Amino acid sequence: MVQAGEKSARVRRRKAGSNGSSFDNLEIFLLHLPTTIWYLIFCYAPMFGVVIAFKNYRPRPGKSFLWALINNSKWVGFDNFQFLFKSSYFETMMKTTVFYNIVFIILGIVIPVTLAILFNELYSKRLAKTCQTMMFLPHFLSWVVISYFVYAFLATDQGLVNNMARKLGLAVEKNHNWYTDVNFWMYFLVFLNVWKGMGYNMVVYMASISGIDAELYEAALIDGATKSQQVRYITLPLLRPVISIMFIMAVGNIFRSDFGLFYQATRNSGALVSVTQTIDVYVYKALLERSDVNLSSAAAFLQSVVGCLTIVGANLVVKRIDPESGLF
Amino acid sequence: MAKKSTVLQYTRVKPITNVWISILFIFLALLCLMPALLVLIVSFSSEASVRTIGYSYFPREFSAASYIYLARQSNYIGRAFLNSIGVTIVGTFLGLLTTSTMGYALSRPNYRLRKFFTWFIFIPMLFSGGLVASYMINAQILGLKDTYWALILPICCSSFYCIIMRTFFQTTVPDAIIESAKIDGARQIRIFLQIVLPISLPAIATIGLFLTFAYWNDWMMAKYYISGNKHNLFPLQYVLISLEENISFLTRNQDMMTAGTASQVPSETIRMAMVVISVVPIACSYPFFQKYFVSGLTIGAVKG
Repeated sequence: MVQAGEKSARVRRRKAGSNGSSFDNLEIFLLHLPTTIWYLIFCYAPMFGVVIAFKNYRPRPGKSFLWALINNSKWVGFDNFQFLFKSSYFETMMKTTVFYNIVFIILGIVIPVTLAILFNELYSKRLAKTCQTMMFLPHFLSWVVISYFVYAFLATDQGLVNNMARKLGLAVEKNHNWYTDVNFWMYFLVFLNVWKGMGYNMVVYMASISGIDAELYEAALIDGATKSQQVRYITLPLLRPVISIMFIMAVGNIFRSDFGLFYQATRNSGALVSVTQTIDVYVYKALLERSDVNLSSAAAFLQSVVGCLTIVGANLVVKRIDPESGLF
Repeated sequence: MAKKSTVLQYTRVKPITNVWISILFIFLALLCLMPALLVLIVSFSSEASVRTIGYSYFPREFSAASYIYLARQSNYIGRAFLNSIGVTIVGTFLGLLTTSTMGYALSRPNYRLRKFFTWFIFIPMLFSGGLVASYMINAQILGLKDTYWALILPICCSSFYCIIMRTFFQTTVPDAIIESAKIDGARQIRIFLQIVLPISLPAIATIGLFLTFAYWNDWMMAKYYISGNKHNLFPLQYVLISLEENISFLTRNQDMMTAGTASQVPSETIRMAMVVISVVPIACSYPFFQKYFVSGLTIGAVKG
């Protein structure tokens, strides 16, 4: 025993000696150098690219992007932003993005937490496993695939919904064109989002619940706590750190939207623009369909900067309420 | 849940409540499964059945015509399938390389630049240049437009994966092993490849699966960087996006190839068959890998 103790002490001393080995540091640095380069090119270079938002970008055929940006594009200050704010889309797209995100944040926490708590109460573990696997499926499907699932139900001529309506002789319009129905999509987008994330998000909370010490529940049981009291005084408080991390992440993304949901799942239907034109959809359309670099870069800049401020702000607020729950 | 003691049996909900909860979950599970089932059945319906009664769970007649048709078009669909597989394999490999090396570096307590690089990968999680700047750099400066690299490079690394890797290395690779290897004179690269990676297979598998599914499902990169006429670069997901055009493209091709012979193109069921082709590899494999996803999520939920 004594020998082993001495040995480990020696190892520790030697370890301390190798701490500052600059050779070691260099080797580790070289090991992650490719990743560092990737970050510089694909994450940090675009950060400097945000200057496009303050320029009047004018490409010139035959010249490179950098040349055009530096030599051919004037600094215009906040002109691009002023133009964006004045455009008729601006208000709609801000409202759409923020409104949906608030709904998604609330439902994205309430529903999976509720489901996770209920899920743990299932008697049959085999049933639980099967259901969980099935509920996981939508998470692994791309929005492109889901758009076809939706199409199978909502297509005007062949769609299952219209067919059922026809067969049952419902009073609704016989060939209802769902892809132009704004009122329907307003709710259906929320449903799709919940449907796709339900199984995945449930697992996040279930993992935390199963990590809760069983003795807490035993103690509560001995004290005569009912099931709902156990949930209220043990499960929920112990889930708070995870919930607040998910909350901060979601709030930080409040100006971002799932491009696939709003653009792909709706089949980019022109009639639905008033409920589907989020900032991301706008930026995409402005850049790749209208080649309007100035407006799209202003919108993208706004999204990045405001998004960054909201995530830092949300973290501060959460930390003030509960110092343990911050993300950073 | 196995660790729950017997006392907890008394904390179970009442049997009637259990029945309600079971019904709820069976309902939700079916809600997730039924749309996929509909698409599968439609893809095996005959064209005539779809034309008369529409998409239905109970078609008048089953038929594999759409699959036979797609098999004949293998130079087009097969190419897209191979593109998807190739991009997925190369992307997953590069993704694992970049995330595991960074994760390892950040997990070494003695690494002097650890703090710096922790922030280095954390900042992009908070702030990004946005689509326009990325697009301009990737398409115009790096010249990725209309290359396979455009489908691979922009999404191969992510801070989230790096952090999962780091957390995993921190918790499961004992410091003593690395120190003793160092004392034996092993270089960091050898320690990483021969000691750290082999004992970290669960983490590699988890992140590898995340990457595999992400690449297989990715369509955004193709939408941004692949032009509509570069058919030989299309991954499956992008073929699905431009399906309406592609069905007419296929029909035209067909007419050219089999000029003279009247051929019926099952265009209604074809699209669903292509959806099924792109989903089957995922739907058949994820139940087996589910535990890795769950463990990845659990590690990921630990705060950075």
